[in-house]
Amino acid sequence: MPILETRKLNKTFGGVQAIQSVDFGIDEGEIVSIIGPNGAGKTSFFNVVSGMFPPDGGQVIFDGLNIGGHTPSQITAAGIARTFQNVRLFPNLTVLENVMVGQHCRTESGVFSSIIRTPKQKREEVMIEEKAKDILGFFGTRLVGYRFDQPAFALSYANRRRLEIARAMATEPRVLLLDEPTAGMNPKETVELTELIGRLRSERGFTIVMIEHDMKVVQGVSDRVVVLDHGTQIAAGTYDEVSTNEDVIEAYLGRPAESRAQSE
Amino acid sequence: MTATIAPAPTSDQSVESRVQWRRMLRVGAVVGLVMMFVSANGMAATFNGRLIIYPILSLGYLVLYAIPFVGGTQFTKREELEGVETAPPSVTDAVNAALAGLLGGLILGLFAWFVDAVPGVRTIFPSMSPEMVDVLTFGLGVGPALVLLPLISAAMGALAGGLSLLSKTTNKALRAGALTVVSFALFQVVVDDFFDFLPAVPDFLYTRSALTIVAAIILFALGAAGSIYLPGRMPSIGDRLGSSDAEVRRRTSLWMAAIIAVAIIILPQFLGGILNELLINVGFFALMALGLNVVIGYAGLLDLGYVAFFAVGAYTTGVLTSPISPTINPMLTWWQAFPIVLVLAALAGLLVGTPVLRMRGDYLAIVTLGFGEIVRILLLSDWLAPYFGGAQGVRNIPGIPVFGTEINVTTPHLMIYAVVFFVALAAFISWRLEHSRIGRSWAAMREDEDVAEAVGVDTVKAKLTAFITGAVIASFAGALFAAKVGSVFTNSFKILVSIVILVIVIVGGMGNIVGVLVGALVLIGILGGPNQPGLLQEFGQYKLLIYGALLVYMMLQRPEGLVPSKRRQQELHQEEFLQDAWLDKHGRFVEDHDHSPQRPGPSAAEPGRGRES
Repeated sequence: MPILETRKLNKTFGGVQAIQSVDFGIDEGEIVSIIGPNGAGKTSFFNVVSGMFPPDGGQVIFDGLNIGGHTPSQITAAGIARTFQNVRLFPNLTVLENVMVGQHCRTESGVFSSIIRTPKQKREEVMIEEKAKDILGFFGTRLVGYRFDQPAFALSYANRRRLEIARAMATEPRVLLLDEPTAGMNPKETVELTELIGRLRSERGFTIVMIEHDMKVVQGVSDRVVVLDHGTQIAAGTYDEVSTNEDVIEAYLGRPAESRAQSE
Repeated sequence: MTATIAPAPTSDQSVESRVQWRRMLRVGAVVGLVMMFVSANGMAATFNGRLIIYPILSLGYLVLYAIPFVGGTQFTKREELEGVETAPPSVTDAVNAALAGLLGGLILGLFAWFVDAVPGVRTIFPSMSPEMVDVLTFGLGVGPALVLLPLISAAMGALAGGLSLLSKTTNKALRAGALTVVSFALFQVVVDDFFDFLPAVPDFLYTRSALTIVAAIILFALGAAGSIYLPGRMPSIGDRLGSSDAEVRRRTSLWMAAIIAVAIIILPQFLGGILNELLINVGFFALMALGLNVVIGYAGLLDLGYVAFFAVGAYTTGVLTSPISPTINPMLTWWQAFPIVLVLAALAGLLVGTPVLRMRGDYLAIVTLGFGEIVRILLLSDWLAPYFGGAQGVRNIPGIPVFGTEINVTTPHLMIYAVVFFVALAAFISWRLEHSRIGRSWAAMREDEDVAEAVGVDTVKAKLTAFITGAVIASFAGALFAAKVGSVFTNSFKILVSIVILVIVIVGGMGNIVGVLVGALVLIGILGGPNQPGLLQEFGQYKLLIYGALLVYMMLQRPEGLVPSKRRQQELHQEEFLQDAWLDKHGRFVEDHDHSPQRPGPSAAEPGRGRES
């Protein structure tokens, strides 16, 4: 049984059908890439799955439960974490705090225990900090090189992307949704990140859905590739299958002129 | 290379060394207009009643002629550009400043002549009276004043320009001396009150609430001497608190806490009724500002109707304890009522918070503004009058019984302890919450609500928690207020109170507990609250004008507040922060390679600080 699945998922914005009855599924431990031309509905798909927008029709099933229409925080607590296409950190929180916030839904100290500082709350705070440091350590010298008490806005672009992944990891998800994790990175950083995505699965056991434009990255890590165009799924399969699929080529490059003349 | 650089300083110097007509005209016009404004709204005449140094200087003239002085300092400022040598201070600055002052004074003189010549103007602007003309012209008549006023303000401008020619130490000393004199004169009430046990001191210093000339000279000398000899000799507390050594930091803050605690315990017994009263008012506003700081500073929810929670606290305390409360009349003691007040305030927080959950920014501000007024109008309405007394309010509210005595309106020297206790409690609560999981979720929500939600922060819960915490802290103030005043009326809960609290938070430093306390002390203590007099009672009717001016000034010059929180300062000065970080790194780089330390930088300074202990 797939860990995350959508059935006939629909989302419209005004007259625009952003997602049209998409059936998507991912098994535990898989890495699936979603590709498609601009405006194909990839990010909208993420937004609906992560609860930022409620679906207009169909179901989002995570671990056997329909989570469609729940709030993002509930969905994150259930075990789906995401990153954003245009990195969205908490810029004035420190590097460490950004990751610590991710632990929010896995901890429970309330107002009173925080004011009194009960032993349990103290243990929890220590644990949150340790976990956050452990997660930052996963990125090796890349993030550790920075002081953790630096504000997030002081990070370089690539490190902001890393930090965003770290923050998502801190919510202890089972499925990670990465929205264009390599956008704006240089070739060296892209290679590094491709490797990192592989490690996210092999070392941390995450199931990963990734929107990506860089075909080398897609080829490098994904088990399967799903192609969206105009809100519908036009192809799915391994990278090799998809990359030779005529519909996919058409969606990216358009149809040759003579074939259009024939069909008309 | 040299060819391009060499002309720069000369052209720069030539700009600085001649009279800058355009700039002079602009500054002079502004100086003149501000002086006109200060006279036309009656400040000059009103403040003239308060003498600073008997009999030669009044507050009115001080305020009026501070304007050309401040205008003059504009010419001594240099724009510092990297790689371009800034011009040294020169006599031309003083000439520029004097000319600007001359123009300003001329405008003021013409204004006085106009008011004198057209008495009808008084029907529209009541403050443009013959008394004002008298004050402006020193009672000499308009003719001489037209010569005298420009000369005086030119002299003030020249003084401002000329001071920059003197050394920095001299400048600092003069400033400190002047500040000492003015503060001793303005805070005469405090000094008088404090030296209750030694009346000889105030008797020597003051005649008719103003400093004597001899006292002014002595104070000036003391202040100036202090500014030269004290720094360097006293280990800077700020340095120690910022020390990298945790032990030094801990010890210093412990000492500070001990000193403050002892002062708080002893001081109220020394202070007279007026000052205690004043500090109690400061305490009420500090409490409310601390509560609002949780809502705005931490959670980023702009609540403009915050006074509603203060009203809930005060009215429920009143109704629950007063023996003559109209309908509900359980006649509890203050302590019995207190938990119920807290619960009801929390409920009020929930009630206001729930409908506005989906609103952000401006919309939230407008809706909460409405809620604040709704509460006040409801309390005043016929519908609730049988319960809350309507316009009559709730009266005969008993004080707080403690150890057999009762803390109420007649015992300000005891009330202050209750107020200080609750301010400390509120500060403690805010501090603990800020540095906890809850505080982090608030910070995240303040930064980006959508993302906070996406990383698992239940923003509905976080918002309601913030509203409820804020409401409970405001109800502390309400409950104390009811016990202190003994009666509550709706006019203590006007919208102006909400705005004043907001100004305290902004001016003090949003998101910083110390900042908020300093803000309350400065604004309420010195200027006074909407219904409460401050130390400078002369400012009474101009309070709101000064509040507004201060707010505008702070927003332009120091938006992070008097005592900024680290986070907010970063936020408002991101570019400078990044630059500093870069320079810091760069400085360290130079050090590592053992080049001559051209730029010591903060990294080099830190070990030195540590050694001081």
